[in-house]
Amino acid sequence: MSILVNKDTKVICQGFTGSQATLHCSQAIEYGTSIIGGVTPGKGGESHLDLPVFNSTKEAQQELEIDATIIFVPAKFCKDSVQEAIDAEIPLIICITEGIPTLDMMKLKQNADSAGCRIIGPNCPGVITPDQCKLGIMPGYIHKPGKIGIVSRSGTLTYEAVDQTTQAGLGQSSCVGIGGDPIPGSSFIDILLLFEEDSETEGIVMVGEIGGTAEEEAAEFIQSNVSKPVVAYIAGVSAPPGKRMGHAGAIIAGGKGTAEDKFLALEKAGVHTTRSPAKIGEEISKLV
Amino acid sequence: MNIHEYQSKQIFKEYGLPVPNFLTANTTEEVLAFAKEISDTNWVVKAQVHAGGRGKAGGVKVTDNLKEVEEFADKWINNKLVTYQTDDQGQPVSCILVEERTEIKKEFYLGAVIDRSTRSLAVMASSEGGMDIEKVAEDHPEKIFKVFLKSPSVGNEDHLPLTEGLELSEEQTKEFKDIFRNLVKLFFEKDLSLVEINPLVLNGSDNLVCLDGKINIDSNALFRQDEILELRDISQEEEKELRASEWDLNYVSLEGNIGCLVNGAGLAMATMDIIKLAGGEPANFLDVGGAVDEKRVAEAFKIILEDENVKAILVNIFGGIVRCDVVADGIISAVEGVGVDVPVVVRLKGNNSEIAKEMLGKSNLNILAASELSEAAKKAAEIVK
Repeated sequence: MSILVNKDTKVICQGFTGSQATLHCSQAIEYGTSIIGGVTPGKGGESHLDLPVFNSTKEAQQELEIDATIIFVPAKFCKDSVQEAIDAEIPLIICITEGIPTLDMMKLKQNADSAGCRIIGPNCPGVITPDQCKLGIMPGYIHKPGKIGIVSRSGTLTYEAVDQTTQAGLGQSSCVGIGGDPIPGSSFIDILLLFEEDSETEGIVMVGEIGGTAEEEAAEFIQSNVSKPVVAYIAGVSAPPGKRMGHAGAIIAGGKGTAEDKFLALEKAGVHTTRSPAKIGEEISKLV
Repeated sequence: MNIHEYQSKQIFKEYGLPVPNFLTANTTEEVLAFAKEISDTNWVVKAQVHAGGRGKAGGVKVTDNLKEVEEFADKWINNKLVTYQTDDQGQPVSCILVEERTEIKKEFYLGAVIDRSTRSLAVMASSEGGMDIEKVAEDHPEKIFKVFLKSPSVGNEDHLPLTEGLELSEEQTKEFKDIFRNLVKLFFEKDLSLVEINPLVLNGSDNLVCLDGKINIDSNALFRQDEILELRDISQEEEKELRASEWDLNYVSLEGNIGCLVNGAGLAMATMDIIKLAGGEPANFLDVGGAVDEKRVAEAFKIILEDENVKAILVNIFGGIVRCDVVADGIISAVEGVGVDVPVVVRLKGNNSEIAKEMLGKSNLNILAASELSEAAKKAAEIVK
């Protein structure tokens, strides 16, 4: 078992022929991911990476059975691409693109919810189930099949957590980057619920950061709904207020969204926390 | 992106929100001329900087004396205003807003912001206008009224929780309803991330007027907001942060003495945190992004080194899909090319990291290689001790 994706997941890529998509899809295919085609408007009928290219997601949908799509379309056009995927009712929409306007995401999230589609991201590294399916820009080789579920708002910091759990010999069931934007398609809670229900996941690592209240909400959820051990780390204890720290969503605004508040909320809810990003693997090892 | 108060008020006007008569001037002569044009007896003059806290810092003057208007203009034009929201250098004033003085019977707060938890637009009003709204939220949450909207289409009764909370009269409720509707329209059409009217006042003739205006625009949406983009005033932005952004680097300066150069925003924050845990103080946040190329690394070193406090630099790169030996090569060239004169601790993780470590060790430069994050932070902290 795993969450969201596995070896049978049939995937298309939107923005398929772009350089980023080409690089990451090649690596995904090499990793064993079942990519079955892609979409680039105006290039329908061509072939790319030995796979068929379609003009629209709808056209692809008519020819193929699609479980998931991964989107590399530039931010300017990305709203339309995500909406196309929603209109085609693709159940899992993974959006790597950074820089989508927040109000667009607000709308897309509403539309995805009413169509029953799940969005992961935007502004995220994607999702991976080790040795089965890599849908994202993460380096595949640091992952190892195992029992820890990882959910994170960050990219390279997720790799840090992955690497530590691999070094600790635990491995990962699945890893999900929910992205660093103010309105993510999926929240910590959405993913925690999946890990709780996944028989293979024995422990969960949650990597949060400053800004918003998603970690506080997750803390409350964990307290009453998650029986598996959770280790949480929050980045940005030393971040100054009022400054955006790289991610659109990483900002302490009006005294709200500090790492300290989040640590306290998690600890109050009985979640194990670590103040050191180097001790994530060590801490979760003690619990599973 | 932030804009000035006078620009916000201009936009308010375009959207039919009531604002006092105002003009803006860049010289004392102009300020005086405009003051005479606007009123015979009563003026408000306000220094235009992006930062809040202008009133307490002396950047706002209410007066019935034209001499004081002149003194105010002389004092601030081409000077810098330091408020609790700026650094100790302050922000330059190149423009003064001159306004007729509004008689204030009552002050309210009206604001709108994206509410992340409900994924909607939260419009907030409070009877405690003119105060720091965060403080009101803390001390008197019952005095803040909220409405959550999922789309720009405003219903006929959506404003009621606010007007009832503020105990407005029938006439004022009518006016408020228009302000509310136009504010929401403005928020969605201009891709705002925040708008605040603090205070929204009841004037001498019992009409509502927006006395102040603060607008933040979602930077991700600037590609479709050409008019807004023209309002950008780079003199208000921190110089190093501005230059970093031209190189697609995310840089924020901090107080400490250990410079940081990291790939990824989350990892960059985590690196700052672990430096603190090791007893050091980070000098900056710097995210070089996913593609770690030599040119940008060199530029990042330059920006970090402009901070005279920096006594050591910690480079933390999680190789990912880029091979560490390639990254190491880039770092060595950059350190050499830029002439980095403080010790550089480098932690590279990922493919070929052992080869990379060897390369760094053999470089004959002041580079210390580390394998693990905590080890790297400790080394950097020891250097600056």
